[in-house]
Amino acid sequence: MTSYSPSRVRADVPQFHREVHGRPLTYLDSASSTLPPRAVIEAMDRYYERHHANVHRGVYLTAEEATADYEGARAAVARFINAPGGAEEVVFTKNTTESFNLLARSWGASRLKPGDVVVVTEMEHHANVVPWFQLRESHGIEVRFVPVGDDYRLDLSHADQLLDGAKLLSVTGMSNVLGTRNDLAALARLAHAHGALLAVDGAQSVAHGSSDVARDGIDFLAFSGHKMLGPTGIGVLWARHSLLEAMPPFLGGGGMIADVRTDGFTPAHGVARFEAGTPPIAEAVGLHAAIRYLEGLGPDAVEAHERELTRDALERLERTFAGRVRVIGPRDVADRGGVLSLDVDGVHPHDVAQVLDQHGVCVRPGHHCAKPLMHRFGLAATARASFGPYSLARDTDALLEGLGHALDLFA
Amino acid sequence: MANLDDLYREIILDHYRTPRNRGELPTPPATRVEGFNPLCGDEITLYLELADGRLADIKMTGRGCSISQASASLMGAAVKGKALAEVRAALERFRQLMTVTETRLDEGGEPETPDVRSLGELAALAGVVKFPVRIKCAMLAWTTLAQGLDEAPAD
Ligand SMILES: Cc1ncc(COP(=O)(O)O)c(C=O)c1O
Repeated sequence: MTSYSPSRVRADVPQFHREVHGRPLTYLDSASSTLPPRAVIEAMDRYYERHHANVHRGVYLTAEEATADYEGARAAVARFINAPGGAEEVVFTKNTTESFNLLARSWGASRLKPGDVVVVTEMEHHANVVPWFQLRESHGIEVRFVPVGDDYRLDLSHADQLLDGAKLLSVTGMSNVLGTRNDLAALARLAHAHGALLAVDGAQSVAHGSSDVARDGIDFLAFSGHKMLGPTGIGVLWARHSLLEAMPPFLGGGGMIADVRTDGFTPAHGVARFEAGTPPIAEAVGLHAAIRYLEGLGPDAVEAHERELTRDALERLERTFAGRVRVIGPRDVADRGGVLSLDVDGVHPHDVAQVLDQHGVCVRPGHHCAKPLMHRFGLAATARASFGPYSLARDTDALLEGLGHALDLFA
Repeated sequence: MANLDDLYREIILDHYRTPRNRGELPTPPATRVEGFNPLCGDEITLYLELADGRLADIKMTGRGCSISQASASLMGAAVKGKALAEVRAALERFRQLMTVTETRLDEGGEPETPDVRSLGELAALAGVVKFPVRIKCAMLAWTTLAQGLDEAPAD
């Protein structure tokens, strides 16, 4: 049992102590980026004030401290996602997007031949679509899409055909538009049964529940620090050790080599091979602090809280607006996270979001970098409200009030 | 502090609810040009008919937020029938109106209020610059117009 209290988390987040437009901040854009608690900000401040030096280079005290901080963060990530091979499987990147580019350019470009198949889904973020399309252009691979059904869940009825000949199935743990959570263990079994590996976009799922790559049997996992209470500028690509070992470097430069001569270079061993140049050290420290903080809350408790907020919000939206505000996503909260994509009758999502802003309510209008999904449902954009560990039922109150105002103004 | 009323002026809501110059023109003689705002999925198609050095007629279709649609409607009313040199001058003035000046690093200082006297009804859009994310919405019709003028065969 943890002593998780959403209002205590809120008190821990400095940004909640400011006002916007003379009102308290109602932050409903955690799917885009979460607000860091003081512990994360202070860990980074402390690092810059006392320990900063470049890593893996100097032998003076602070350089050793900085290196210990950076590598300590890697170990924390490994524990957090239960990486069977430990820290040696954790590559730091800039964000989820860079993680997928690394996966495609390194694993993909070295392993895939013309005609090889990568299967993604219609609910993927562009980060897990475009790098594969780029590989299609450069290497002639084939990209297939698992469709999304009218129930806003993956339609796996033709999975056997789609996965026939596939080398990789790459899916999101949780849709950043629909809130749909995918059953990763089942997808891993499905992929493996077809001789394919499973890559998971954990940008949403890692932040809003527990992640266990060993339990689920997945092969690659990508996620971002800034969506899990951590700082921007740091992300992770986790890969099973046997896979990572065989992957060539992607970016070249300092830090990633074992030797460089005038006639060529030898890449470094281990994860250093993928981390060219000075890495985001302070950001790794911040991510470490975020992981500690999340573990203190209890990922399962956070997930349960966000599920209850979602159930309540779905019910109140329905009761208050009776069909004038449509939620694009599953009704059933069992396998669903706290993301509410709203289609407001007669009001463009940009205008919805603008009116909500005047109520101090932060939501995200747009296509959420998931255009294939938008096309699938015939939408140009939605206004998306999403919950975080600090969200409270009164955030939903403010959302409903603002939506009422938007309908009055435009409709 | 930017206020919602700065953005949703009555003229803007009016042009959003009752857009002017909606429809299509036969191509040719008209030039058809499309614009997209990839951020929010706003889209617009302009039909431009140039004759005797003037923008003789303009019609438009599209969908999007109130700012993009109202800006398009106001633009059409402002440039229809004008000499091309005047149209380009209006374009330039509007572009300047939508330019964010450098802000202070500490608290994001407010930009100066621009001189809007020469803009007529378009001045209603001046408030958009206080909402920098929406500038792309307001600019969509105008950048599409600029593209169309460049693409249109010289007569
Ligand atoms: C599901 C999903 N994948 C990938 C990303 C991209 O994350 P980042 O912008 O941190 O690279 C996001 C964030 O919007 C996301 O929600």
